[in-house]
Amino acid sequence: MTKDAQINLKGSVAIVSDFFFTAINSILYQRGIYMPETFKRETKYGLTVLTTTDQGLLKYLDQIVKQVEEWLLYGDVQRLVVVVSGADSGETLERWQFNVTIEDGAASGENKNPNNSTVTSNKSVKEIHNEIQAIIRQITASVTFLPLLNEPCTFDLLVYTSKDAVVPTKWEDSDPCYIMNSQEVKLRSFTTKIHKIDSLVAYKEADEWDL
Amino acid sequence: MSKSVVEFENLLSTSFSDSNKSVRTGVQPRWERRRQQQASYLDKDRRPPLSNHNGDRFIPNRGGTNSELSKHILRSDGTGSSFDSQDGDSNGSSVNDSKKDTYCNNLSSSLLGVDDMTKQSRVLSFAEKAPAPKGDTVNNLSVLYSASASATQKKASTKLVNRSIPSAPSRILDAPGMMDDYYLNLLSWSDTNVLAVALTDTVYLWNASSGDIQELCTIEGGGQDAHISSVQWVQQGGAHLAVGTSTGMTQLWDVNECKQLRSMDGHSDRVGALNWNQHILSSGGRDSRIINHDVRLSRHNVATLSAHSQEVCSLKWSLDGTTLASGANDNMLCLWDASATNSSRPRFKFTDHHAAVKALAWSPHERNLLASGGGTADRSIKFWNTQTGALLNTIDTGSQVCSLQWNPFEKEILSSHGFARNQLSLWKYPSMTKIKELEGHTSRVLHTAVSPDGSTVVSAASDETLRFWGGLFAAPTKSKNQREGASFATSSKLSGIMQIR
Repeated sequence: MTKDAQINLKGSVAIVSDFFFTAINSILYQRGIYMPETFKRETKYGLTVLTTTDQGLLKYLDQIVKQVEEWLLYGDVQRLVVVVSGADSGETLERWQFNVTIEDGAASGENKNPNNSTVTSNKSVKEIHNEIQAIIRQITASVTFLPLLNEPCTFDLLVYTSKDAVVPTKWEDSDPCYIMNSQEVKLRSFTTKIHKIDSLVAYKEADEWDL
Repeated sequence: MSKSVVEFENLLSTSFSDSNKSVRTGVQPRWERRRQQQASYLDKDRRPPLSNHNGDRFIPNRGGTNSELSKHILRSDGTGSSFDSQDGDSNGSSVNDSKKDTYCNNLSSSLLGVDDMTKQSRVLSFAEKAPAPKGDTVNNLSVLYSASASATQKKASTKLVNRSIPSAPSRILDAPGMMDDYYLNLLSWSDTNVLAVALTDTVYLWNASSGDIQELCTIEGGGQDAHISSVQWVQQGGAHLAVGTSTGMTQLWDVNECKQLRSMDGHSDRVGALNWNQHILSSGGRDSRIINHDVRLSRHNVATLSAHSQEVCSLKWSLDGTTLASGANDNMLCLWDASATNSSRPRFKFTDHHAAVKALAWSPHERNLLASGGGTADRSIKFWNTQTGALLNTIDTGSQVCSLQWNPFEKEILSSHGFARNQLSLWKYPSMTKIKELEGHTSRVLHTAVSPDGSTVVSAASDETLRFWGGLFAAPTKSKNQREGASFATSSKLSGIMQIR
C-alpha cells in the first residue's frame, strides 16, 4: 500500500459523514417519506444513489452532518439514529441505527486534538466503498421485509454523544424514541480502520389486528 | 442458532469477568494467585503477601460485593474489550467484542426495556426539525403490498394495435418440478421448433411441430440438490444444446444423437446463465464470473470476465454479436465487448437498478437498444443506448420483472412478472403504454421464450405450468389463417392440458 493511499482521521470522518448523508437519503427515498420526484440520481460508491433536491431538507441535513462531523473529529459520536415516525400519531415506526465505534489507536481521551493526530489507516478507499456499497444495497433491499408505512411519516435524527461533548445551543436532549414490540435486523458494517460503523434497523412488528 | 449460543456464552464469560474485576471480590483464578504468590516471594520487602488468600478452594467472597453496583456494571457495556485475553489474536477479538457489545445492548434493551447506552451518552436532536413532506405522500411501495388486482389494472381504452391479441393461452402443458428460482434460465426454444425445458434434474425436449417429448439427459452425481440450472440452444441448426448444472459444469449435448459431446469446467458454483454467440458460449455462474468458452477448442476457456460481485443470472449477446450484456444479483448491468479478455473491464457498468437484473432483451428493431428489468426492490424496465451508455427510459411496472421479450414484428415488448398478479404485460415501445395484460399463471412467470416463427410466446412459471400464447406476436399484415397455420400446424391434434413428464 502506498503512503498517499493512507486515510487519516479527517479522511475517515469525511467518509463516515458522507456515508451518513447518503444512507439517510436512501432511507428517506426507499421508505417513501418524501416524494420520489424530489430525489435525483447520483453515482456514488459504484452505485446509483438517490439524493434529495428539496432545499429545506438539504439545509437541514447539511447542518446535522456538519455538526456530526465536528463531533466525530473529537470522537464524541456514539450513534446516529434515524427515527421514522407517523406524522399524525407521532408513534415511532422504524429506527435505523448506526453505531460508531472508534477502532483501537484512534483519537480518544487524551489524544483529542484532531490536528496533530497521527492515526492513519492503510485500508484503501476502494475497499471501504465496497463495504459501504453493501450497506446501501441492504437499505434498498430492506423494502422487501419492512412493513409498509401506510400513513404519512416524518423523520428525526438523534445523535448519541459522549457526556462531555460540546453541544451547540441549537441542539437539545431528546428521548431515545424506542419502539414497543420491535423486530430488529442487523445490517452490514464497514470500517475505515479508524471508525467502525455498525448498522441496524428496528421496526414495529405488524399488529396482528392490522393484518 | 449455534452462533447465538456461542455469543451468549461469550457474553456470560465477559460479564462475569467484568464484575469480578470491577468489584474486586478477591476471587481470582488459581494460576493468577500462584503467579502473584511467586512474585511476592521474590520481592517480599516491597510487596506484602496477599491478605485475602483463600487456600486452594473456590469460596466466593460476597462480603465486599456491592450487588447494586455489580448489577449496574453487568448491564453496562463497552468495557469488555480488555478482558478476554484468551481470544489470542487481536483482530479476532475486536470483532468478537463488537459483536458482544451489540449483543449486550440488544439483550439488555429487549430484556430490561432500557438501552444502556443512554447511561454514558446524551441523546441529542437538532431543535429545528426537518421540513414536513409536501404533497401527496402515498408510498410508492404500496403496489408491492396491495394485491388487489382491480386497483392496479388499467383498461386499455384506446385501440393501440389493430390485431387481435389472445387473452387466454392456446395451450397449457404441465411442467412438474419446475424450480421456483429467479436466478435460473430453464427454457429455450430452438430455431428447429424444439422447446428445451429443465425440470429440476432432467432436460426435456418438446417438439412443437409434432408434440413429441424426448428426455435428453438427467444430471448425475452432485448430491441431493443437484439440478439443471440453465439451458440454451445453439443459435442455428438446433443440433446442440448447452446445459448448465448446479455443480458448475457446462455441458454440450448433441440432440440428434442424444449424447453429451463435452463438459466444460471453470465455475465453482452453479451455472445460471448461458448464451451463444456463434461458436462462443458464454456462461455465468453463482461464483460471479462470466466465462466465454470457445466450444471448438480443447482449451475452451478464452476469457474469464469478472466485474460482478454476486451471482450472474442473465447473459445476452446482442444480435450482431458485438456486445454481451450481463445482469447479476449485485444489481449491476454490464456490457462487454466481444473482444474482452481476462483483464478487460466492462465497456459500461450500469448501477441504476435497485435489485437483481435478470430480464434482458436486445431490440431486433434498433441497433444498440437494450431493455433490462429488475427484481422486487426495483420493479422497473429500463432502456439503454448501449453505444453511448445513456439511460433512455425507465418505467415502474409495480412488480418483479422476470423476463423480457421483444416482438420481432412490431415495436412492442413483453414483460413477465411475479407477485402480486403473475401477469405478462405487452407494452408499446417507445411510449410504454400498456397494450394488454395476460393473466392465468398462479405463480411468478419466471421464463419466457419465443417460437422460431416469432408468433407464439411460451411462458414458464413456478406454478409448474408452461402456457403457450399463440398469435401474441404477429405481423399485422399477415392474415390470421396464415399465422395460425405457421405457428401450430398440429394444434388440433393436441388439446387441453398435456403432461410433459
